[in-house]
Amino acid sequence: MAEATANGLGQHALHAGHAHEAQATGIAHAEVHQEHPIKLYLVVWAWLFVLSTCSYLVDYFGFHGYLRWSLILIFMILKAGLIVAVFMHMAWERLALAYAIILPPILVLVFVTMMVFEADYTVFTRLAFFGAGP
Amino acid sequence: MAETALGHADRTASRPPGLRGIAADWSSDQRAFKNVSWGKAMMWIFLLSDTFIFGCFLLSYMTARMSTTVPWPNPSEVFALHLFGRDIPLILIAIMTFVLISSSGTMAMAVNFGYRHDRRKTAVLMLLTAALGATFVSMQAFEWTKLITEGVRPWGNPWGAVQFGSSFFMITGFHGTHVTIGVIFLLITARKVWRGDYETGKRGYFTGRRGQYENVEIMGLYWHFVDLVWVFIFAFFYLW
Repeated sequence: MAEATANGLGQHALHAGHAHEAQATGIAHAEVHQEHPIKLYLVVWAWLFVLSTCSYLVDYFGFHGYLRWSLILIFMILKAGLIVAVFMHMAWERLALAYAIILPPILVLVFVTMMVFEADYTVFTRLAFFGAGP
Repeated sequence: MAETALGHADRTASRPPGLRGIAADWSSDQRAFKNVSWGKAMMWIFLLSDTFIFGCFLLSYMTARMSTTVPWPNPSEVFALHLFGRDIPLILIAIMTFVLISSSGTMAMAVNFGYRHDRRKTAVLMLLTAALGATFVSMQAFEWTKLITEGVRPWGNPWGAVQFGSSFFMITGFHGTHVTIGVIFLLITARKVWRGDYETGKRGYFTGRRGQYENVEIMGLYWHFVDLVWVFIFAFFYLW
């Protein structure tokens, strides 16, 4: 109830039928219920197959070094983006939700940076004090 | 009353879009997520916390692999299968990837048919998703069996760095557990759809609340997340 008034809507809006409410506020019914054409899902599905095949071929053809790593990362990010944006409908959600969910995992990269330094230090001490052995 | 207020609140038309919208949605004492139900918002927040769990697993794997002075076993060779008279690298993992992506596709379509109140198609697509998920877990069980018979243990393996086994079993084990739990909940939700629980407003066994077809979408969010995690595991553990 408190929420309803905070949203600047009278109580009548809550009792109104769903379709009527959507019509009155001028929003398409589909935006709330995340209904999208089946074709969109099939296209994304096909793209996910193509990208997975590409990332498999990276290993199959035995690419090495920076070419391999950058290709793996590009295909990974494209696949993850397609799944989150279309299959999980994040592309149609309000930014308040999208930023609340998508920004925090990006901060994991800070943790990654810290652990890269830590791992470098560990391997340095291992080599310095134990020689080449484990 | 409370249920209506917490359910679908599609009152976004009068609200500002973009960055200004974030400030407006989050500011003052009100609900931040305007047009998603509590169920969907909570699933997203759970998935966010799960992201950190898998993020930490992959981080610990990265740290172990970077800090060991012993060469890391080559996943391309470790996960190769001997088929048609030759070793094909990573072939089982590639098939597992395709199986999981296909299950994501059928799940997305199940969500779509759910909102169209097509009970039959929704239930069939969800059962298909569950079947593909079960196939994935079976293939993973085969993979584990193969590696264990070849001598991979959490404390060592025949090819190199000892941390390989512990990283592999922990990461894929947790992911497999997530898939298994997903399959169980897919079957439960499919049964509810088939029985018409969301049409008749039958109360749930656990929460005692009336379900809606949005429950299928929330189930879908979890399932797509499982697929999403596999994308990262495939890239970092198997391909790197």
